[in-house]
Amino acid sequence: MFKIVKREEMAEGTVILNEIEAPAIARKAKPGQFVILKANEDGERIPLTMAETDKAKGTITIIYMVVGKSTALFRDLKVGDSYQDVIGPLGKPTHLEKKGKVICIGGGTGVAVLHPITRAMKEIGNEVTCIIGARTKDLLILEKQMKEASHDLRVCTDDGSYGHHGFVTEVMKEVLEQGDIKEVVAIGPVPMMAAVCRITREYDVPTLVSLNPIMVDGTGMCGGCRVSVGGETKFACVDGPEFDGHKVDFDELWLRLQAYLEDEKKCHKEYCNLHKVQ
Amino acid sequence: MADTPAKPVKNPRIPMPEQDPKVRARNFLEVPTGYTHKMAQDEAARCLQCKKPACVQGCPVGVDIPGFINLIAEGEMTKAIRHLWTMNALPAVCGRVCPQEIQCEGLCVVGKKGEPVAIGNLERYCADYERAHGTGELPPKAAPTGKKVAVVGSGPSGLTVAGDLIVRGHDVTIYEAFHKAGGVLVYGIPEFRLPKEIVAQEINFLERLGVKLICNAVVGRTVSLDELFDEGYDAIYVGVGAGLPRFMNIPGENLVGILSANEYLTRANLMKAYKFPDVDTPIPMGKKVVVLGAGNVAMDAARTAMRLGADNVKIVYRRSREEMPARAAEIHHAEEEGIEMFLLTNPTTYLGNDKGRLTGMVCLRMELGEPDDSGRRRPVPIKGSEFEIECDLCIVAVGSGANPLLTSETPDMRLNKWGYIIAEEKTGKTTKKGVWAGGDIVTGAATVILAMGAGRQAATSMHDYLMLGW
Ligand SMILES: Cc1cc2nc3c(=O)[nH]c(=O)nc-3n(C[C@H](O)[C@H](O)[C@H](O)COP(=O)(O)OP(=O)(O)OC[C@H]3O[C@@H](n4cnc5c(N)ncnc54)[C@H](O)[C@@H]3O)c2cc1C
Ligand SMILES: Cc1cc2nc3c(=O)[nH]c(=O)nc-3n(C[C@H](O)[C@H](O)[C@H](O)COP(=O)(O)OP(=O)(O)OC[C@H]3O[C@@H](n4cnc5c(N)ncnc54)[C@H](O)[C@@H]3O)c2cc1C
Ligand code: SF4
Ligand code: SF4
Ligand code: FES
Repeated sequence: MFKIVKREEMAEGTVILNEIEAPAIARKAKPGQFVILKANEDGERIPLTMAETDKAKGTITIIYMVVGKSTALFRDLKVGDSYQDVIGPLGKPTHLEKKGKVICIGGGTGVAVLHPITRAMKEIGNEVTCIIGARTKDLLILEKQMKEASHDLRVCTDDGSYGHHGFVTEVMKEVLEQGDIKEVVAIGPVPMMAAVCRITREYDVPTLVSLNPIMVDGTGMCGGCRVSVGGETKFACVDGPEFDGHKVDFDELWLRLQAYLEDEKKCHKEYCNLHKVQ
Repeated sequence: MADTPAKPVKNPRIPMPEQDPKVRARNFLEVPTGYTHKMAQDEAARCLQCKKPACVQGCPVGVDIPGFINLIAEGEMTKAIRHLWTMNALPAVCGRVCPQEIQCEGLCVVGKKGEPVAIGNLERYCADYERAHGTGELPPKAAPTGKKVAVVGSGPSGLTVAGDLIVRGHDVTIYEAFHKAGGVLVYGIPEFRLPKEIVAQEINFLERLGVKLICNAVVGRTVSLDELFDEGYDAIYVGVGAGLPRFMNIPGENLVGILSANEYLTRANLMKAYKFPDVDTPIPMGKKVVVLGAGNVAMDAARTAMRLGADNVKIVYRRSREEMPARAAEIHHAEEEGIEMFLLTNPTTYLGNDKGRLTGMVCLRMELGEPDDSGRRRPVPIKGSEFEIECDLCIVAVGSGANPLLTSETPDMRLNKWGYIIAEEKTGKTTKKGVWAGGDIVTGAATVILAMGAGRQAATSMHDYLMLGW
């Protein structure tokens, strides 16, 4: 059992942070790696990136957006409750290199995934501009942490309630225009990553993205997480989750993510109904 | 092989009672319901008790078949199961899943004139009898040796090693990547063929003997082999199975609705997705289903799809019926349940709609040409024979390869060119000191009994190493 030692709500309760006791995983985890969690006996195996690890305390931190049945179930776990299963660290760690000027750009809960990578990028000596966005001010997460993790933080909201009024990609374009950007790391919803890659391709700036296909085992055993990268099929759980964004087939990823949408909706609705009754 | 003359046998083989095909094709309960005591004794009486039993030659672990059958005939059920256990740790499993027709029963002399003795059914009966009536008494354990052993992977091979070494007094811990132990026995082979309760009992038995089980431990990621040695283990057994799905590598393979058999069966069995939405893991409910391949895995996938409510399920296989690698009983059961066989047929392209979902596939008819490396006649496409099959779910069951997760993190352990671990045939010793390996990760996808046999040999060698040195 993996006990929750800390729990926070962000973005009006739509995003949850859990710090979990998992010493064996904390000992080995590196930025960019993820875990698979299962709340109880009948639960689904859900992949989430480690936003933070504390080797001394033996804990890992996950930050997730409540989007369906399983994340809703996770949301309802309190401090002192436990996840039945946590498996990791999975996936390849981020390939970190000192390159000079880099942009780390994130949207939605992608910001949580981006945070440890941004910090590590800065620590090894890169000059990091960080651009984060959300639909509206109240949904923005980790602003303070991202400020610390980077040299220059730019914030965007779709509705203009805070920071730049508009998409993260617009701000990114401005920064790219100033020139000399050696790499972009983009993590967020699929359409955002696809849009970032369209632009960075024009500017010929290498772009790393972190993909989130549907997974089961996370060990390369099932092939459910397959993605097309440069015309080749890759398993995101072992070959990724980070890939060269200019080679990723985002359209295919987007369609594959919808595979169980109807089923998931039904399952989530039943869960919500049940909880209103109680 | 045996010089015992095949005496004429009066009594026909006692058939195994089974659920009616129409009923069972829509439920997940076990298909064969098991012998009664009388049936078992009548069947046992058919064994000629050969002096030089041919059947034993066919069993990869050399079970003393006439010996245990004789004990059933005499009604000595407790002795029968104890006798079986000395050679086979998982008779409830092997009785159900061994390809008996090409192993023990394939060589039984009674089979020359009629139907062979139902060795598998009798083995199963013994084990089931023990589960229902046994005292659960544990076998004696040797005094603690103070030696620590790690077993990586909890499939049949790892479980055998754990069981063999714990009774010899070693301290044994199993590391399993999944959240549940059992390997293919829990994530691959479906409930209707091998009830999960049986596997759970076997694992519980090992735990009662003192074996420690650590699930959610992906060796190579959570901990490496060298780190296990640092933690104080004296020897390690690697039984991580094959566990790498093979695909067809034809256009359209990433359409929604195409799954590897590993994914499909893991969702169905391990995650119990057939109970969705009572459990949280979904599984695609195909109406028109195609399964590619004709091994046990393919049969299991096809029969699962039927049980999940498919209108029709087709097995598409590029060779002919003779080459189908599945157990005879599974092919028979699948056909009884209405699964269609499209033999000498090979897909060339998947077809999809604008939502990226599978709608069908283009196939070619094949004919058999010259024998290939495997000795089987090579299928060759017939020009111009393209035709389309409509389907909304395709399960790819065309074999598996070696999963590199652990081996790529263990550079000092040698692999063959396909990525399987090189291990000494008689002992299971690898090229890394203190590490043994066996089962599918050494041989490539094989059978439960071979994986167990490899485990037993390795356990003996490991015991010698622990007590006497390399
Ligand atoms: C490597 C990786 C890292 C991730 N890291 C984070 C993170 O740090 N924070 C975060 O908020 N989200 C992260 N995700 C996404 C997260 O796993 C999904 O949001 C979650 O599984 C949704 O489950 P649900 O039951 O609540 O929603 P559902 O109603 O089941 O599904 C909503 C959508 O989530 C996706 N999804 C469903 N099941 C899975 C699954 N088993 N695996 C992957 N995606 C699935 C599908 O696109 C689906 O349409 C990550 C995904 C991957 C693969
Ligand atoms: C669907 C299906 C049906 C089958 N039907 C039959 C049949 O009817 N008869 C028959 O004889 N054989 C059958 N087989 C084959 C048989 O099941 C296998 O040959 C046998 O299970 C191999 O045993 P094993 O112990 O080597 O590996 P497995 O059973 O594969 O077990 C390996 C275990 O190791 C774990 N593991 C993998 N990597 C790691 C890691 N890095 N760290 C920790 N743990 C890890 C896995 O999760 C798994 O639990 C079937 C196989 C399948 C898939
Ligand atoms: S273990 Fe398998 S092959 Fe050996 S006797 Fe039993 S059923 Fe036959
Ligand atoms: S099972 Fe068949 S071969 Fe074996 S001892 Fe009995 S009759 Fe002889
Ligand atoms: S999640 Fe199964 S192979 Fe990646």
